[in-house]
Amino acid sequence: MEHRQEQSSKATGARKDFIRIRNVSKHFGDFVAVDDVNLDIGKGELFSILGGSGCGKTTLLRMLAGFEIPTAGTIEIDGHDVTNLPPYERPVNMMFQSYAVFPHMNVEKNIAYGLVKDGINKDEIAKRVDAMLELVQLGDFRRRKPAQLSGGQRQRVALARALIKKPKVLLLDEPLAALDKKLREHTQFELMNIQYELGITFVVVTHDQEEAMTLSSRIAVMDKGRFRQVGTPKEVYEFPENRFVAGFIGTINTFRGRVTAINEETISVHSDELGLSLPALGKHAVEIGQEVDIAVRPEKIFLDRDRPTNDEDTILQGVVDDLGYLGNRSLYRIRLPGGRIIQASSQNRRRSVTRFLEWEDKVWVSWRPRSAVVLID
Amino acid sequence: MNRTSRLITSILAFGYAFLYVPLILVVVYSFNDSRIATVWGGFSTRWYGELLRNDQVLDAAFLSFRVAFMSASMATILGTMAGLALARFSRFRGRTLFSGMITSPMVMPEVITGLSLLLLFVSLQQLTGWPGQRGFSTITIAHTTFAMAYVAVIVQSRLSSMDESLEEAAMDLGGRPLRVVFDITLPLIAPAMVAGWLLAFTLSLDDLVIASFVSGPGSSTLPMYIFSKVKLGVSPDINALATLIILFVSAGVLIAWLVARRARRVA
Repeated sequence: MEHRQEQSSKATGARKDFIRIRNVSKHFGDFVAVDDVNLDIGKGELFSILGGSGCGKTTLLRMLAGFEIPTAGTIEIDGHDVTNLPPYERPVNMMFQSYAVFPHMNVEKNIAYGLVKDGINKDEIAKRVDAMLELVQLGDFRRRKPAQLSGGQRQRVALARALIKKPKVLLLDEPLAALDKKLREHTQFELMNIQYELGITFVVVTHDQEEAMTLSSRIAVMDKGRFRQVGTPKEVYEFPENRFVAGFIGTINTFRGRVTAINEETISVHSDELGLSLPALGKHAVEIGQEVDIAVRPEKIFLDRDRPTNDEDTILQGVVDDLGYLGNRSLYRIRLPGGRIIQASSQNRRRSVTRFLEWEDKVWVSWRPRSAVVLID
Repeated sequence: MNRTSRLITSILAFGYAFLYVPLILVVVYSFNDSRIATVWGGFSTRWYGELLRNDQVLDAAFLSFRVAFMSASMATILGTMAGLALARFSRFRGRTLFSGMITSPMVMPEVITGLSLLLLFVSLQQLTGWPGQRGFSTITIAHTTFAMAYVAVIVQSRLSSMDESLEEAAMDLGGRPLRVVFDITLPLIAPAMVAGWLLAFTLSLDDLVIASFVSGPGSSTLPMYIFSKVKLGVSPDINALATLIILFVSAGVLIAWLVARRARRVA
C-alpha cells in the first residue's frame, strides 16, 4: 500500500491542496466540536492548528488520523478520500501528546513496530531502524526500555516511530508541551530541520502561540470549532482579521470608535474615549459611521519624554502606571487621561542601572498609522 | 520513647496479635505430639505423615486444587474480557449498570450466591439432564462466577490507569484492532491478569459456603472436609493440614503482591 501511494505522490508533485478538508463537522451528542470546517494544506507544509483547550483542534487532528469519523464532510489526502478509512489504513502517522511509547518494548522495537505490521522483510527493517536512530540521535539507546529514557528521548522515539513508515502526513499533538523550556526551544528547531530534510507534511496541534509562530509555515487559529483566521505567522500576528485572533496571539491594545473618513490607504476612526481621530491601515471594507476597533501591539508603541514631532502619528500623553523589567525588554502600563490603561513594551538596548522611566513619570505615547489595524468583528 | 509512641506501639501489637495469634496457635499445635489437640505433648511431625496417608484428605485436596486451577483460569479469561469491555468500550448503553453489576458478587452474601447457584443447577438438571451429578464441574462454575468479578475489577483498574493512546498509536502504525490487543493491551495487563488469577485461585481454595451448596455426595473440597471433621472435635492432623493451607495461601498472596508491584514499576 505504501509503495503505491509513494508513486502517486511523485506523479502529482507539490500541490496546494495535498490535504483537503471540506465542510467537516464533528458532533458529540449535542456538543459541536468541529463546525463545518474547510481547509487546504499544501504538500511539505508545516501547518499549525492553534487554539485554546476545547476549541476542537484535537478532534480535527483525530479525524485526520482516523480515530474519529466526521459527522459530516470529507477529508482527502493526496487525492484519495480517507474520510471513513480506519487509522491502520491511512498514509498518516501521529505523534501523541503523551508520546505513547510502548513501555514493554525497547527503543528499537518501538521504532520498528510500524514496519513489522506492514510485513516488511527483516533486513529492510533493520536498515531503516538504523537510519531513524541516527536521525533522532538515539543510536546508543537502542536496547533501552522507555522507563530508562528521559522525556526528551522518549519524544524522539515517538517521532522516529511515526516517521519510519514515511507517512504522507505526520500529525503532532502538542509535540513540545511535555518538555521543559530549554529543551523545547532546542527541539523546536530539530523538528523544523527534520521536516525540511524529509519533506513530509506536518500538521501540528498546539495551544502555545509562540510554538506555532516559530514552527509553522502557516497557522490556523481555531475557536469554538471554527477557524477564525488562516495565514502565515506574520499575517496572523500583524494583520489579525478579528478581535479573537488579535487577542489570542500576543497582547494588543484596542480602542473603540466610529469611521469618519476613508482614504486610499488608511481610514480615520474617531474615538470618543480618547477624544481624537485615529488613522489606521484599512484592510477591510468599512463604511462611514461604522463602529470598529483600532488595535495596536505594545511593541509598536513609542514612549518619549519629549513630545514627538511627526504629525502623522497618533500622539497621546500619559503617566506610567506600572512597569516590569524582563531583562531583554521592559513592559509598561501607561495610564491615559481618561483613566484608560494601555500596554507598551520596549527593547532594553542600552545597558543601564537607572530606569529610563519611573512610576508616575509623565510620558508621550505615539504610534505610526501603519502600526494600527482595524478590527470589525 | 515517649508515652504516645508507646501507646501506639501497644495498640499496633494488640491489633496484630488479634489477627495472627490464632493462626500461630494452629501452626504451633500442628507440631503437637499429643492426640488431644488442645494439650501440649511435645514436638513431633507425625501428624504431617499421617495426613499424607489419609486418602480422604488427599482426595479432597486434589479436588480443591483442580477446582481452584480450573475456576481461576476461567475467571481470568472471562474477567479480563469483562474488564476490557468496561474500561475500553466506553460509550455503550447501560455501562454504569454493568459495571455495578460486575462487582455485586463481591458483596453478595455467599449463602445467597450458593443457594441461587444450587437452584440453577437443579433446574438445569430437570430441563436438560445436566449436570447429572453435582461435583467438580458445578463447584468450578460456581467459583468462576464469583472469582471473575475480582479479576474484572483488577483488570479494569489496570486498564483505566493505562494510557489509551498506546493502543491508538499501535493502530496508527498499522496494527489491526485484534492484533493490537495481543501486541499491546495483553502484555501490559498481563501482571493484572496474573494477580487476578492468583487471587481467584486462593478464593476458590478458601471457599466453604458456596462449595457446600453446589457439591454433591462424594465430592468434598478441602475446606468442606476440615469443617466436617472439626464438627466431631479438633483432631491434630487438621492442624497440620491447616498449617499447610496457611503456607500455601500466604505464598499465593505474596506472589500476587510481587507481581503487582513489578507491574507498577514497569508502567
